[in-house]
Amino acid sequence: MATQHSRAAARFMMAPAVFVLLVWMLVPLSLTLIFAFKRFMPLRGDRIESGWDFVTFFPSLDWVGFDNFTRFVSSSAFWPSVVTTLVIVGGVLAISIVFGVLLAMLLDQPMWAQGFVRILVIAPFFVMPTVSALVWKNMFMDPTNGLFAHLWRAFGADPVVWLSDVPTFSIVLIVSWQWLPFATLILLTAIQSLDSEQLEAAEMDGAGPVSRFAFITLPHLSRAITIVILIQTIFLLGVFAEIFVTTGGAFGTRTLTYLIYQRVLESQNVGLGSAGGVYAIILANIVAIFLMRIVGKNLDK
Amino acid sequence: MGRITLDKVRKTFGEVEVIPPLDLTIEDGEFVVFVGPSGCGKSTLLRLIAGLEDVSGGQIRIDGEDATMVPPAKRRLAMVFQSYALYPHMSVRKNIAFPMRMAKMPQHEQDRRIEAAAKALNLTDYLDRRPGQLSGGQRQRVAIGRAIVREPAAFLFDEPLSNLDAALRVGMRMEISELHKKLDTTMIYVTHDQVEAMTMADKIVVLRAGHIEQVGSPLELYRTPRNTFVAGFIGSPRMNLIEGAAAADLGAHTMGIRPEHIDVSTGAGQWQGTVGVAEHLGSDTFIHIHGIPGCDPLTVRADGEVSVRHGDTVHLTPQTQHIHRFGADGLRIA
Ligand SMILES: Nc1ncnc2c1ncn2[C@@H]1O[C@H](COP(=O)(O)OP(=O)(O)OP(=O)(O)O)[C@@H](O)[C@H]1O
Ligand SMILES: [Mg+2]
Repeated sequence: MATQHSRAAARFMMAPAVFVLLVWMLVPLSLTLIFAFKRFMPLRGDRIESGWDFVTFFPSLDWVGFDNFTRFVSSSAFWPSVVTTLVIVGGVLAISIVFGVLLAMLLDQPMWAQGFVRILVIAPFFVMPTVSALVWKNMFMDPTNGLFAHLWRAFGADPVVWLSDVPTFSIVLIVSWQWLPFATLILLTAIQSLDSEQLEAAEMDGAGPVSRFAFITLPHLSRAITIVILIQTIFLLGVFAEIFVTTGGAFGTRTLTYLIYQRVLESQNVGLGSAGGVYAIILANIVAIFLMRIVGKNLDK
Repeated sequence: MGRITLDKVRKTFGEVEVIPPLDLTIEDGEFVVFVGPSGCGKSTLLRLIAGLEDVSGGQIRIDGEDATMVPPAKRRLAMVFQSYALYPHMSVRKNIAFPMRMAKMPQHEQDRRIEAAAKALNLTDYLDRRPGQLSGGQRQRVAIGRAIVREPAAFLFDEPLSNLDAALRVGMRMEISELHKKLDTTMIYVTHDQVEAMTMADKIVVLRAGHIEQVGSPLELYRTPRNTFVAGFIGSPRMNLIEGAAAADLGAHTMGIRPEHIDVSTGAGQWQGTVGVAEHLGSDTFIHIHGIPGCDPLTVRADGEVSVRHGDTVHLTPQTQHIHRFGADGLRIA
């Protein structure tokens, strides 16, 4: 499509942005990599002498080889945190895609005050994660004053203590609430781009509403769904604020990100945390490569 | 079998009446063309027959049975859309198989019909491709293939050729006509191209603003247009409609004469005018002539070899047996 010339021009114009992004990523990334191979526990007296130490690989800190890496994975908290991460990512993806498709189809119907309803549906996406998690925690899930507790009592049931009885589910719920609008928005645009003549043709070909959805609408949405999965996974692997302000990592809601945070800030072991960070980078990249392949295959069609 | 009867069928969108009550009978095996200017309601009428729009009044009967409330899938009609409406994520084979799959037809029967359709439409080599990898003409054929495997009572086409280039259009026109001869199934074909209408139809239905202006065979419409609208719409280049003294002399409000029914000479004739533009097509020359009272410009179809140039003075004589006369209300005077 593009000519040789316009491609060169495009590269040239993208160069500054790419450069800034690289620096932005490379500095923290290389710091993490270096610290992962060092003993660095500030409370035990490990010190960085000056900012220039970065250039000489921090001579005041001892090299410890792969110690931090083995210690990080052999800790009893590691595998549970991986499982929790996958459960949360998977749960949020499932909820946001299933309900995203349903909501998108609903919003695609002509209805009264369409624009306003759409804005309402999109709104949660603009609420900061910390705020929305606190709203959920105090307004809905509080076992004595929360709306859910009132609702349960209205039906004569004992209120659920959400954040300690079903902590992982609660967090999935909170995070889904934030990401559902994103999925809905992308899926809605995709649904709107579906040629109505295709649906009419299918109708004339004898396909009922379910078949039309399964054979026409869903395949049409497949590309949008993969994109939603790709983007959301990458963001969801780093979910932090929602856990921080609700359970604080207790009751089995400690994700990989949260574990790294605890290693660095609560146990003040920068080396160990950095090693965890390197694992997280590897995990995220595996996911990304995997997903890029799917998307690439989908985009080729 | 596919005899379709429309009985006082009406369609309104909100306040706007797009199709006022309309009666029409389409006989079994007939090739009927709906033709008319853009926005006259051709597509709407076709979609009413297909069941994709609900009628606002009246009755649609297919083979004598009331089909007004029957859902589209049950009307035994197949439609070919202007955009082809192929399913982009399915191979050509799956596209063609889709209606049979929905009807839960046995696999061997499906395969047999796909083979037959592919052979008839020259698609055998493309069965495993996706629609995106086909040319416009091939896509068109896939859409037709998807329609014929259902063995419908009637085919509905909505401007199926308008996305194709001129050469391909002529080819596909022939193929569809041949298909009709072979299958002998009722076909309803919508177009705004009067050449398509003339060449393909057994029966042309000329529509204007949802009204039927005239129904008849192509030659009937050409020879005896019922009013000035049909006269101007059918035939290419369009009929010259002359008002004023020339028409009044014949006791009419408007006089119509087709470009091919005017003799040109440089010597003498009934009218005299100057040549504006002369379009040389090789086989014919269309000359646009100015200075004839009541009609400007007047179009004449002359021999391809005729040599006239801009500004030349020419003399014209209409062939009296081909003159059409219309009254002040636009209707033909017999
Ligand atoms: N869904 C709709 N709602 C309101 N008005 C409509 C709708 N569909 C069609 N119309 C109107 O009905 C009239 C006839 O439309 P239709 O599509 O049948 O025209 P057409 O003869 O097929 O024209 P074309 O040759 O441009 O395809 C138009 O004036 C159009 O604006
Ligand atoms: Mg139309």
